[in-house]
Amino acid sequence: MRMFDGRVLLKQVILLFWPLISTWVQGAEKIDSCQLQVLEMLSSLGSAGGKSAKPSFVSYVTPEEIKSEKEPSRKEKHPDLLPGEVVFCSASTVLKYTQDDLSQRGVFGVLLCTNFRVSFVSDEEPTEEMGQLFKNKLYGENDIPLSCVDNIYGGSEDKRKLITGGLVKNKYPSKMIIHCKDLRVFQFSLSFSKEEDAKKIFQGIVHHCLEPKSLRCLFAFSYCENTSYPEAQRKKQTVMFDSVEDWTQDMKRTKGNCRVVSENSNFELSPKLPQYFIVPKNVSDEDLTKYQGKGLPMWCWSHHSGCALFKTASIPLVQEDNVPQTYMEKMLTAVAHNHLYSVKTEDLSDTLPTVQDILLSYNKFKQFFLIDNTTEFWMSDMKWFSSLDNCGWLDIIRQCLQKAVEVVESLEKENTNVLIMEEGGSDLCCVVSSLVQLMLDPYYRTLLGFQSLVQKEWVAGGHAFLDRSNHLHLKDKVESQSPVFLLFLECVWQLQQQHGPAFQFSETYLTVLSDSVHVPVFTTFLFNNDGHRDSLLRAESPHTQRSPLNCPTVWDWSVQFDCKAQDLFTNPLYTEKPKQDTSVRKSYRPRHLRQLSLPSSAFKTPPKKGFFKDEADNLKKILGVKRLSRWMLSPSSDSPQTSSSVREFYEAWQTKPLDYHGLLLPCLDGPSIRVWMQRYLRWIHDVQILGGGPVAMLSKVSEILGEVQELQRQLDRHGCTLTSNHKGARPRAKTAAAVIAARSSVRLSSSFPFVTSRNWAFKPAIPTSLLQSLMVTGMPGNLADREDDGGPESLV
Amino acid sequence: MEKSGSIDSLGSKQSSSRQASVDSLSSTSTSRSDRSTHAAKTPYAMSSDNVSTSTEFSPELRGRPKAAAKVLRDSNKEEPQLLPKESVQDMAKDVTYICPYIGALRGTLTVTNYRLFFRCMDREPAFVLDLPLGVVSRVEKIGGASSRGEVSYGLVCKDIRNLRFAHKQMEDSLRKSIFEILMKFAFPVSNGLPIFAFEYGQVYPENGWKVYDAQAEYKRQGIPNESWRITKVNDHYEVCDTYPSNLVVPVNIPDEELKRVAAFRAKGRIPVLSWIHPESQATVTRCSQPMVGVNGKRSKDDEKYLQAIMDANAQSHKLFIFDARPSVNAAANKMKGGGYESEDAYQNAELVFLDIHNIHVMRESLRKLKEVVYPNIEESHWLSNLESTHWLEHIKLILAGALRIADKVESGKTSVVVHCSDGWDRTAQLTSLAMLMLDGHYRTIRGFQVLLEKEWLSFGHRFQLRIGHGDKNHTDADRSPVFLQFIDCVWQITRQFPAAFEFNEYFLVTILDHMYSCLFGTFMCNSEQQRVKEELPKKTVSLWAYINSQLEEFTNPLYVNYSNHVLFPVVSMRHLELWVGYYIRWNPRMRPQEPVHQRYKELLAKRAELQKRVEELQRDVTNRSASSTERAGSPTRSITPVQTFV
Repeated sequence: MRMFDGRVLLKQVILLFWPLISTWVQGAEKIDSCQLQVLEMLSSLGSAGGKSAKPSFVSYVTPEEIKSEKEPSRKEKHPDLLPGEVVFCSASTVLKYTQDDLSQRGVFGVLLCTNFRVSFVSDEEPTEEMGQLFKNKLYGENDIPLSCVDNIYGGSEDKRKLITGGLVKNKYPSKMIIHCKDLRVFQFSLSFSKEEDAKKIFQGIVHHCLEPKSLRCLFAFSYCENTSYPEAQRKKQTVMFDSVEDWTQDMKRTKGNCRVVSENSNFELSPKLPQYFIVPKNVSDEDLTKYQGKGLPMWCWSHHSGCALFKTASIPLVQEDNVPQTYMEKMLTAVAHNHLYSVKTEDLSDTLPTVQDILLSYNKFKQFFLIDNTTEFWMSDMKWFSSLDNCGWLDIIRQCLQKAVEVVESLEKENTNVLIMEEGGSDLCCVVSSLVQLMLDPYYRTLLGFQSLVQKEWVAGGHAFLDRSNHLHLKDKVESQSPVFLLFLECVWQLQQQHGPAFQFSETYLTVLSDSVHVPVFTTFLFNNDGHRDSLLRAESPHTQRSPLNCPTVWDWSVQFDCKAQDLFTNPLYTEKPKQDTSVRKSYRPRHLRQLSLPSSAFKTPPKKGFFKDEADNLKKILGVKRLSRWMLSPSSDSPQTSSSVREFYEAWQTKPLDYHGLLLPCLDGPSIRVWMQRYLRWIHDVQILGGGPVAMLSKVSEILGEVQELQRQLDRHGCTLTSNHKGARPRAKTAAAVIAARSSVRLSSSFPFVTSRNWAFKPAIPTSLLQSLMVTGMPGNLADREDDGGPESLV
Repeated sequence: MEKSGSIDSLGSKQSSSRQASVDSLSSTSTSRSDRSTHAAKTPYAMSSDNVSTSTEFSPELRGRPKAAAKVLRDSNKEEPQLLPKESVQDMAKDVTYICPYIGALRGTLTVTNYRLFFRCMDREPAFVLDLPLGVVSRVEKIGGASSRGEVSYGLVCKDIRNLRFAHKQMEDSLRKSIFEILMKFAFPVSNGLPIFAFEYGQVYPENGWKVYDAQAEYKRQGIPNESWRITKVNDHYEVCDTYPSNLVVPVNIPDEELKRVAAFRAKGRIPVLSWIHPESQATVTRCSQPMVGVNGKRSKDDEKYLQAIMDANAQSHKLFIFDARPSVNAAANKMKGGGYESEDAYQNAELVFLDIHNIHVMRESLRKLKEVVYPNIEESHWLSNLESTHWLEHIKLILAGALRIADKVESGKTSVVVHCSDGWDRTAQLTSLAMLMLDGHYRTIRGFQVLLEKEWLSFGHRFQLRIGHGDKNHTDADRSPVFLQFIDCVWQITRQFPAAFEFNEYFLVTILDHMYSCLFGTFMCNSEQQRVKEELPKKTVSLWAYINSQLEEFTNPLYVNYSNHVLFPVVSMRHLELWVGYYIRWNPRMRPQEPVHQRYKELLAKRAELQKRVEELQRDVTNRSASSTERAGSPTRSITPVQTFV
């Protein structure tokens, strides 16, 4: 009965908008120069010549589902529920507005809330899924994982109010706007639904998205209980850093000379310390637990020269008690002993923005992309650059990169050990240490290497993913929320933009990774540290205490994407390592030695203020005086000096020939730090470049690569072995080419692969309200009013 | 050709890049090794203080490749390698060049009738500054003699940089400073000297002046047809001296009426066809403002004429008139006899103002931009500073205007009339950009040359006045970066559609550099009439002759020829960015070490190499199997043509 009402209503709405729809169709028929596109548009409009307004999106519902749905016996539509997914509530005849349109056009369907997502299932039959190359298996275009919901607004007519949770008794807004953490914006109208349903769904969504909940309510737990992942598949080749071997291996790879600590394998030392970690050789057993791991220098990476990067959580200094200071000195000595008795400390809390700063800035920044309507968008376009400047996000990115370059300089040029520290030791320390490793070590620029790096520095390194993303909406954790990991990905994106061929993974990979943080399925992002993960997975395990719950990590990309889609994660232009690099060990040293060829003057620079001198006998003295005084004082007096030294370092590096398998430094000047267009603009219809964007280039490159490979194959077939590093170097390029070439790049847009352009009209977006902003007043002699001919007619 | 790249000095880097481009065949084969030894010296990284623009284009300009190569090996030479007819005018040792990035450099300064050449031998690698004098906008003596007895000169350049030199005060006060010589040759027009383009006599395989043939271009568009004809009424530039001799007008308007229409349009610039849609027959026509005046004068002929333009397109019963100006300015023009079409007088016409500002606003905007980007970028408020110049906002407005025109023609199938005040600045920007969006032919290298020749040069964009070739009057209010703005817009579109253009960024930069260099005749004079009168095609070389003699340098390796594909760029600020490769190219920090295009080129070279090998093998196999014919079944698709997949 309810369904019937909905259909009647739908018909009425279609009738209401009939003139609009029909003119649209006619308009489409006129464009005969793009016949193909017209055909496609028409097909999306329904072959009956536009009998109904077909949806402008693709649903994940299978055609079978729809068929069975049409049978009168069933009343409710359901999406394909995942294992362990339960529907909480639903409402039919909800109107989903087509995002890019100010007119009230939309699609009717059922809105559901499950323990995993908010889902909209259209009443319309889904059109063929030819556009869905990049379908996420867990959630579709009209699904929002609960932890991906950022803000919910209630709207009526032209007003918009932020919903902050709490039961809204008896009242519900006619319009619900959902802003997602992956920057999608959904607008639903509840005014066509039954009052009771509408109230229920609104309250349900608000409750499940905004109210505090316990960790075990997160979908991962019910999902994992109902699915099984074969262990072998899980591991693949990403180094998880959850065993002594992984750590030992990594240290060996970098020729580090430190001590692997396995005493904490059952979290006996401290649940806050990683299960396994590496400390300088001179750290004694009793030092390990002194301050719950605070002040303990954790090894991150060793430079080929022998010096290494360490990070630590700084110990809050208590005035009367001298113990921390002596402990700190001892730890510094231990670090210094690692190589050449030199150490540089860097307190990131002093020089980088706090996690709160990061959150504040990002909150301002993201607003530019959460677009409710196009008018607003074009209005904000006027002040785009200054607003971008004012929110400070790009500047924070620059600061992080700059700090990383400073550390790289110390390691690469001065061969000093570096100890970075901050309170907690697992936020900006992770950002900086991983960036340093990306710049110095080409291994981390491969896909698996990068994943291993994230495992090492972030997951094992104890970044508090749960608190930082506040999946649980705990009121006392609001303060600790901060997009630190996203900030890291942003920095990586900048590096990747500047040195594309050095990275094996693509921009799309980074974007998907940034989205995955908000899909509460992967153990990678659900916990605060190793101990936390271990205890919870054990506790939740269905089978006794023995084997912990088996959950996928985000690196199991097949959970989200099929193989074809995963091809888009690799960068077709990646420069493979030269062939002779058969073993990492063999090639490692020479590669770096080349990078050492900095101008000789670089080495003559005297040690900077506050640095340890190389002489061993001086060590004690300096340790006591200079080092710690620098450590405790704000180094602000140093900053102009360091910034100019970073400049010099960059310039010296820049004049050297570029080696994609050597040191990489980012250019930090204003125009070089940019906005991550793919991530932030992908859902905004008005800025999609139809037939253009990076994909236009990508498809051409993939095509050429495909041809090169095909030719290579032909040569091989003829039994001719060609010495070439292209040979077999890009096993995926061909398929990636096929994926893209399946549709001509004319029809792809700059938001590829996230939105398929098929459903969009081929009308350009003409900016509204163009001139209001252009203030040309205050110019000498008011130039704007002058005639084009400067003076009296003067022809040459 | 012998490689001189083994010497690890900047000077030799140039040589190697020179060599590479001297012989286009060798350039591909040597490019890889060049890159590994000297990363930065590819066309994209070309422009810097060390390696100025001119070194990039100089090799071919300097005559025989062999001779050039010989001299290049002699890297110690303090003098530049001269072009044909180029002669050294003065030379001074111990001149200091104060480089904003490196600091003071002492060396030898040479001034010829074409260029300024500075070489500092103290440094390893040697530092070279080589710029055509046409680039110089003004030369200023800065302050008096300093305590060290040095006099300082500042050179303000048209290509977004300033140069500063100092040298010892001349003991012999009678002797002229080298900068006085420089002033003389930098501004030949003001000093009664010929512009160097008239002396430069390099012979190229192709005559660039033949690139554009109006009749052929109109024929390509399908004109004449039943609605449009080519008129000879302006054959001797009598109807309009700033228009070309070939004009396309509606068939049913006789020449006599054209003359009456001309009387009602500013400077006689009547509406004429620029482009016609191959399918819908919707047209882009351009003209100047109507002479409406304060009293709202009307012209029956003009109204009839516009009606004829509308009628020529059967698809639509409307005509859009795009007035490029802000409405306020258009209205203000009535005071001077100009104005805009009233919708009462022009039935079925809709008037749209595109709000693009005049040449003075643009000049001011560029001045501010230069302040922001040269010599150094202030890190802290870069984006706000950029916004305050309004440069990109102007770019956005121009692109938005062109987009609306293209949209009306393509999606609306409606003919459009475009004008501003005189129809040679903003109108040229708009029609040429719209045509670039609508017609893929203009996105090829030769097509783009045709577009410039047609919409800019033949229709009388006043290059001489806007650039001020050889003229020392740098404050001339007629100067304005209108053409630069257009090229910037083109660059923005190429950014958005990286595979849609046959040419690359270097091509655009080269056009701009030579617009100032005064080496080629292409951008001389203000109109076709003047060019004919000055006999430019006879006396000067065309830029296109140079460019077309080494197309490889200017080709986009990723070009996909989308036939009939209309480009609708996104004109949001989100997608506009400052053209770093032009405006900030002097800053060494902003130079990429390896342009990505290099990799694409390598890839293409790789493919070509493999194709060749496969072909060879195939031939081998067929030769061998010719005797035993049973193996003929193997596919012969080895010769995979370079195909596109649109």
